[in-house]
Amino acid sequence: MLRGESLAAVRGDRRLFAELNFDLQAGEMLYVGGPNGSGKTTLLRMICGLVLPVAGRVLWGGEDIQSLDDAYRADLLYCGHHTALKDDLTGLENLRFASMLGGRPVNEDEALAALERMGMFEVADLPARVMSQGQKRRVNLARLLLTRARLWVLDEPFTALDAAAVEALRATLADHLRAGGMLVLTTHQQASFDGITVRHVEMGQ
Amino acid sequence: MRGPGLAGIVGGVIVRDLTLAGRRPVDVMTAVIFFVIVVSLFPLAVGPESRTLATIAPGVVWVAALLASMLSLGRLFNADYADGTLEQMLLAPQPLSLIVLGKVAAHWLVAGAPLVLISPLLGLQFGLPAEGLAMLALALLLGTPALSLVGALGAALTIGVRGGGALVSLLVLPLCVPVLIFGAGAVEAAVSGMDAGAHLSLLGAFLVMALCFGPWVTAAALRIALD
Repeated sequence: MLRGESLAAVRGDRRLFAELNFDLQAGEMLYVGGPNGSGKTTLLRMICGLVLPVAGRVLWGGEDIQSLDDAYRADLLYCGHHTALKDDLTGLENLRFASMLGGRPVNEDEALAALERMGMFEVADLPARVMSQGQKRRVNLARLLLTRARLWVLDEPFTALDAAAVEALRATLADHLRAGGMLVLTTHQQASFDGITVRHVEMGQ
Repeated sequence: MRGPGLAGIVGGVIVRDLTLAGRRPVDVMTAVIFFVIVVSLFPLAVGPESRTLATIAPGVVWVAALLASMLSLGRLFNADYADGTLEQMLLAPQPLSLIVLGKVAAHWLVAGAPLVLISPLLGLQFGLPAEGLAMLALALLLGTPALSLVGALGAALTIGVRGGGALVSLLVLPLCVPVLIFGAGAVEAAVSGMDAGAHLSLLGAFLVMALCFGPWVTAAALRIALD
């Protein structure tokens, strides 16, 4: 489904990686490892189409994502370094606007249910300004419960989460993979799921 | 699949940005108060000679409107860029140009429409006749959306640049000269009893052109800025 063919990236005049290949099928996870600054985030943004590869291409269902454009983005959900929350909006408003932008508007009840499953019901009416970093993360990750995207690209999703939230997120990711979804992940945490094929890409070698 | 229609996404983005503006009313008021103060300075500085004032009124109001709309441009994309929501907009399955259109429309409603509404009141300070006041508001109604559309392109090109505010003005102000000329020209024509139709037509043409190409070019600039 998702293929990277001899991808290369350059930042400034430094080559981050070259001749990078991967292949990911439905129900599989791609683990992107490597030290800080080795280009993990750049690779993830490239998979999302935010960064153009200087060489090679990313294929989705056999077609270049550059030509698929909007159709590819409907299948894609990306959580990057930023929590992507507006400080002046409440947790509920943030989640609803994010879902609207993601192409699947949800009503208030659906959004509240997702926040509750993330254990964030109490911040639904609080502006993101007063939330802790971990709470912001969890509100942002509540999008995972509402999306229909088949490909999830998550950049360090476990950062700032407490032990219970890490377990809840792992369960959500496992459900997604078992339902035939795909996952691209960078993390410094241990990340493997029973019965799920994990492909590895090691950066900085 | 149940997804927002094309109009739905534009409307959704407008609601989002208006909600955000409502949470920070001071930011909104700054541009409007700036407009009022700059326009009001001229009668004080030039003196109460009513013929001089009526002559300079169209130009003064239009230049002030141009500067006031530059003030708020810096926030158009930079805030969304800083917190990562702009990245999510680029990843939305809907065309990015529609999201840009929604953001520009919200920007105009917050920063442009109040100028249109308040301009006849400011025109009174300059002793503009009734037909001049009406024409001033009408010309601003056609011109300020074009300023927002052109300004959005400048804002997209200067995302993440330090001191981007001044740079936006340098990029955008020259492009706004046609709007300024025909906008002020329409009011002058109305005051001197001539037909302002030609000026208004050209203003309208500029607006239509900005509406057709602006969001599209701005979307391309955003994709480059976030690469």
